[in-house]
Amino acid sequence: MTSPMQANTANTSPVIATEGLRKHFGTVEVLKGIDFSARDGEVISILGASGSGKSTFLRCLNLLEMPSAGRLHIFGEEVGLRAGKDRLRIANRRQVDRLRTQVAMVFQNFCLWSHMTVLENLMEAPVHVQGRSRAEIREEAEAMLARVGLTARRDAYPAQLSGGQQQRAAIARALVMKPRVLLFDEPTSALDPELVGEVLKVMRDLADEGRTMLIVTHEMAFARDVSSRILFLDQGQIGAEGTPQQLFGGGHNPRFDQFVSRFNQG
Amino acid sequence: MDWPFLIDVARQLLSGVPLTLQLAGSGLLAGGVLAVLVASAAASGIAPLRWIALAHVEVFRGTPLLVQIFLIYYGLGQIPELRDSFLWPFLREPYWCAILALALNTSAYTAEIIRGALQAVPEGEVEAARAAGMSGVLLRRRITWPIALRHGIALYGSEVILMVKATSLASVITVAEVTNISYRLISSTYRALEVFVVAGAIYLALTFLVSLAVALVERRLNAHHAHRRT
Repeated sequence: MTSPMQANTANTSPVIATEGLRKHFGTVEVLKGIDFSARDGEVISILGASGSGKSTFLRCLNLLEMPSAGRLHIFGEEVGLRAGKDRLRIANRRQVDRLRTQVAMVFQNFCLWSHMTVLENLMEAPVHVQGRSRAEIREEAEAMLARVGLTARRDAYPAQLSGGQQQRAAIARALVMKPRVLLFDEPTSALDPELVGEVLKVMRDLADEGRTMLIVTHEMAFARDVSSRILFLDQGQIGAEGTPQQLFGGGHNPRFDQFVSRFNQG
Repeated sequence: MDWPFLIDVARQLLSGVPLTLQLAGSGLLAGGVLAVLVASAAASGIAPLRWIALAHVEVFRGTPLLVQIFLIYYGLGQIPELRDSFLWPFLREPYWCAILALALNTSAYTAEIIRGALQAVPEGEVEAARAAGMSGVLLRRRITWPIALRHGIALYGSEVILMVKATSLASVITVAEVTNISYRLISSTYRALEVFVVAGAIYLALTFLVSLAVALVERRLNAHHAHRRT
């Protein structure tokens, strides 16, 4: 990955950074202190066996999941967290709402708003959260739909779309917010195998544009080909970290090699 | 078939329809507002509020409407403090007592419908809204409530129909709605069959109109459930 964007911003502060991020559900410790940072233009695939905490980690980054301890910085700004009964709490709702408009998320189950058409889904947050004008947004939303190949389906409701179409619409919904970071939480795991490709293609294009992306995925080939960095989570800790070449070459980390070989056996 | 008699009965019973509709309409309106309060209390983080809401639902859902009407109309008059209060001009009127009983009764059922509809809102869609920077009233107004409304509308349609029929119980405390007029016609004509058949037909016509209206609203709201894959 050598996009111009990455080269220009390589020395700025991290886009997202965590220090000692912990999360437990009851007595089960899912994240055991994660120190992590992502820079502008990086495409980071977060891999790990199920139960390794990778989705939880991603969801902690936009506070859909509240960490139990640790610190979170977004765009160099520390996110205000205060102590709560069994986890941290959001100290300043407005700060989090503001940062979330810049950290868009794509979900495993698409989570389009079922009562709105595709076009309305795209326009919702820009108009009602960011307060941008409908006319301006409409144009951008249409352009975005054209980009993900859904112009013909713009007036359809989510229930009328295939899974692949829904996920492409969800990606378009994330993009019209003009986010600085995109979080993908297993974006192809709920799709029929023949629909995975169309979603991965859109994501590959985004990576080629130099977008900053954090992707929790089980698509090994995609992670190897598209990522600039791999983060391998193993039982709630960072098991290995490095470029795809370093990790997928083998011999870098035995746990990772084991994970990959289990995967290849299918 | 004695058509002139039937037509005469229908004419007299129809004169009670406005009152029947008033009872149902006012009861639903007041009950709807109360239901929103009760449902909010039931979902609140403050335990005593939750208990009150729970008790409200159990009491008014668990006792017959007829008993509630009797209690309010005959029972409250026994309390001297109430007889001296500003509420008495209302509470001594059968009309207001009927509306109060209907409102309290429907509020319990409607609060449950609201609770169920809110629970049926997919967590993922709420999370997607949060992830896009929505919270508080904006999140509820744009996402949670519209989706809940679509889940609750069919059940609420049934509740409206139940209310239209429940107004007939107001007849026992001398409110001159359709059923009350029926009684009086029978006591002067002794022709129970004809009178009640006409009364039943009038209720059927009213509830049919309600069904139709609900179906129209539902179709408008639930356009997104029409599976039209191409």
